[in-house]
Amino acid sequence: MSTSIQEAGKLSAKDFASEQDIRWCPGCGDYSILKQVQTVMPELGLPKEDIVFISGIGCSSRFPYYMDTFGMHSIHGRATAIASGLKATRPDLSVWIITGDGDSMSIGGNHFIHLLRRNFDVNVLLFNNEIYGLTKGQYSPTSELGKVTKSTPYGSLDHPFNPMALAMGADGTFVARSMDRDPVHLRTILKRAHAHKGTSLVEIYQNCNVFNDGAFEVFTEKSSKANETLFIENGQPLIFGAEKDKGILLDGFTPRVVSLSDVSANDLWIHNEQDRLKANILVRFFDDPRIEGHFPRPFGLFYVEDRFTYNEAFVAQIEQAQLKGEPDLNKLLSGGSVWVVE
Amino acid sequence: MEKDSLVVPDATILFAGDSGDGMQLTGSQFTTTTALFGNDVSTFPNFPAEIRAPQGTLAGVSGFQIRFSSEQIYTSGDHCDMLVVMNAAALKANLKQLKAGGTIIANTEGFDAKNLRLAKYPDGVNPLEDGSLEGYRLLTIDVTRLTKATLEGSGLGTKEIDRTKNMFVLGFIYWIYNRPLDNTIKFIEQKFAKRPEIVEANLKALKAGYHYGDTTETMIPRVQVEKAKIEPGIYRNINGNPATAIGLVAAAKKSGLKLFLGSYPITPASDILHELSKYKNFGVGTFQAEDEIAAICSAIGASFGGALAVTTSSGPGIALKTEAIGLALMLELPLVIINVQRGGPSTGLPTKTEQSDLLQAVYGRNGEAPVPVISANTPSDCFYAVYEACKIAVEHSTPVFFLSDGYIANGAEPWRFPKEADLKPIAPVFAEKPAEGEKFLPYKRDEKLARKWAIPGTAGIEHRIGGIEKEHETGNISYDPENHEFMVKLRAEKVARIADYIPLQEIDNGPAKGKLLVLGWGSTYGSIKTAVKSALAQGYSVAHAQVRYLNPFPKNLGELLHNYDYVLVPEMNNGQLVRMIRDQYLVPAEGFNKIKGVPFTADELFTKIKSLA
Repeated sequence: MSTSIQEAGKLSAKDFASEQDIRWCPGCGDYSILKQVQTVMPELGLPKEDIVFISGIGCSSRFPYYMDTFGMHSIHGRATAIASGLKATRPDLSVWIITGDGDSMSIGGNHFIHLLRRNFDVNVLLFNNEIYGLTKGQYSPTSELGKVTKSTPYGSLDHPFNPMALAMGADGTFVARSMDRDPVHLRTILKRAHAHKGTSLVEIYQNCNVFNDGAFEVFTEKSSKANETLFIENGQPLIFGAEKDKGILLDGFTPRVVSLSDVSANDLWIHNEQDRLKANILVRFFDDPRIEGHFPRPFGLFYVEDRFTYNEAFVAQIEQAQLKGEPDLNKLLSGGSVWVVE
Repeated sequence: MEKDSLVVPDATILFAGDSGDGMQLTGSQFTTTTALFGNDVSTFPNFPAEIRAPQGTLAGVSGFQIRFSSEQIYTSGDHCDMLVVMNAAALKANLKQLKAGGTIIANTEGFDAKNLRLAKYPDGVNPLEDGSLEGYRLLTIDVTRLTKATLEGSGLGTKEIDRTKNMFVLGFIYWIYNRPLDNTIKFIEQKFAKRPEIVEANLKALKAGYHYGDTTETMIPRVQVEKAKIEPGIYRNINGNPATAIGLVAAAKKSGLKLFLGSYPITPASDILHELSKYKNFGVGTFQAEDEIAAICSAIGASFGGALAVTTSSGPGIALKTEAIGLALMLELPLVIINVQRGGPSTGLPTKTEQSDLLQAVYGRNGEAPVPVISANTPSDCFYAVYEACKIAVEHSTPVFFLSDGYIANGAEPWRFPKEADLKPIAPVFAEKPAEGEKFLPYKRDEKLARKWAIPGTAGIEHRIGGIEKEHETGNISYDPENHEFMVKLRAEKVARIADYIPLQEIDNGPAKGKLLVLGWGSTYGSIKTAVKSALAQGYSVAHAQVRYLNPFPKNLGELLHNYDYVLVPEMNNGQLVRMIRDQYLVPAEGFNKIKGVPFTADELFTKIKSLA
């Protein structure tokens, strides 16, 4: 039935590109994400037919059409729920959910948090462009407060979601952030997401060059990236800056930006991706970069936890019940007590 | 049988009390015992939406009506012969159900000043004492005092002793109707297996109630209802919701598919989830989702993966699932959507029955979105109807609605259950890798216009599906105007063509041509059957047909309707099937509607039939 793993190993990125013409706007950040996913796929060693991409509605949700795997472009916000049912009954499949900030944080917010707490063994790629693109430019649940859009000519009144903090709050077991403009970093995170057993959430900052161009410019442009971002790695001190001269020190529960000329790297906050408490502090590095004294925005794997997956437990419970022996339908049909009419 | 017993062909008892009095348990115990004895049985549990409405009030009254007979019966009885009331509110709420000259058994403690006040009797009025019940046979029993005396020295507290009151009453009713105690004894022993002191208390109360009949000079005559002369065979007792659950398990087993239920708790459908979650040994997966939408979407995901996928709900939940039903039909994946209907709209009457959602099932979606709809007539018929729904879903690659309702979901009847071997085969067809040089077409169709089930894990058929309009056969996104019109008509034709695969409509009772046809659907079956039977016996020109397949209708339905001068469509709603019938067949059909949360009585239907036939 399946292509062997050996054959799968021979696949290239091209094998994962479907025949469909790609219809994203020229210059859209989605192109880069698609390319990184197609590049990573052959390295996972999975036969194509065992991979399923499921999306909701939005620009990013067209993604499955462009992957030559199994795919479903479903309805708004529900990819997470559909993937849950699929994974419960088909744990053999590698399931990838493609969603956007409107799809997962707004209309699908409920399913999003429940997927995380249940910890189905699936991967979620959250394309966050902080805008509604497909409906042509309304603010989204991740847009900054006061954002002026078609639906908010006087500025939005909504306090934005911090998706990483939300994921921590929902007891996610793999909470990571990357960006469309850093292909190497994105590919590394994608591979780790695949390797993690449980729900792997990867928030990807993605530029919508038509309706929200430059939303993440400060993090992605060469001129500012080094000073405004913090790339976190397990076991490494939190260091950033063009000259690698700044670090984060944890003073009790209070993080502080320090200069490496004052503090030794050994005394800095050492990232431990299994430390839930510290991850909860780190995801809160979410300041508006225009504010004086703000923290750099972290990228990488904030938190990972080894917790049983829903699909494993789901299958185990059934298998446990089946140990009692072959089920007898005739017995079920007759129930507990019968009587004979002659 | 006792020598002094009065033999009657048919009896109806209504147990009524506070929702905390255990009347549902009492009723269902009496039902099982009576079914096991060999009577034909039909029940109607009727309870408030609140789990514990204020004690003693009219709002808190919970009732369980059981009719049992030595003949074949089709309803739970228009009126009862015996009314058992645990308090004043139960009497006030149900007295109108009691036949003239019927028997009232009343628990005196439930008629103290407080209970009378809560039941809103005027100051100083006690119906047990003021002669207002003269037209009935009244027996008062101080159940509270008697159970207390029975359990004196048991070491149990007042609260626990009070909880055995219903067993005392049940024991007494068993005595009146000459029923053995062993079934209930077995039940109590199992239910409280971990608490032997509670087992002992309940058994003592049950037996005390039984002996109370023997030892007191009660003026109530003992009654005997002989075994029913029904079709020979092996029978069991069954309620509609468990029948539905078993039907799903059977369909999964016969089709060789894994069963997956995505569900969210809602009255009166939750019991299907409860029931199915017990059958993991059959490989059944049940998923209690975070909401109604996730429930159906998880089922769609499971169906995409090749499982027999089901979602269960009631009207408000179905409303939430609407968009996803559209997705399932656009994807053309098998899916069974179960609606155990209740009074609507909105939250409506959660615990009361209504044929509320036929139009919702047939028409209630955006776009041109035809879905096959099938309904069940009786509790045991839920088994066959849902089995049929699974068969159509799988063999025609489509979502299918199964409509049940609160009356048959909670009601019970004896069932001459089938054997596994008697069930029709269900044959899923899976897509395989196309021949070398051929392209895989996920939306290529067979003669039924169904597509093959193309599940992940099958090499060479990787493809993408979605809710956007798709090109014929390839399934690729298409905005082409010609293609859209073609696809809309194709999907409509696919559902219409199911009519070629379902049985023709039959006349249940009465002549093939005549003056009046009574056309029903769903749980009105028993009342219509009974009423038409009476009308036929009196020489009226009337026939009865019950439509099971509501979309598409059986091919001969139009022809059949034209064989009568007039069509009467009784429905527990404001007229839904009647609109569809008039719309499709242009026949003079008149609705007869009851929207009170309770089934039709055979009597009111009989009166209506007489006025037309």
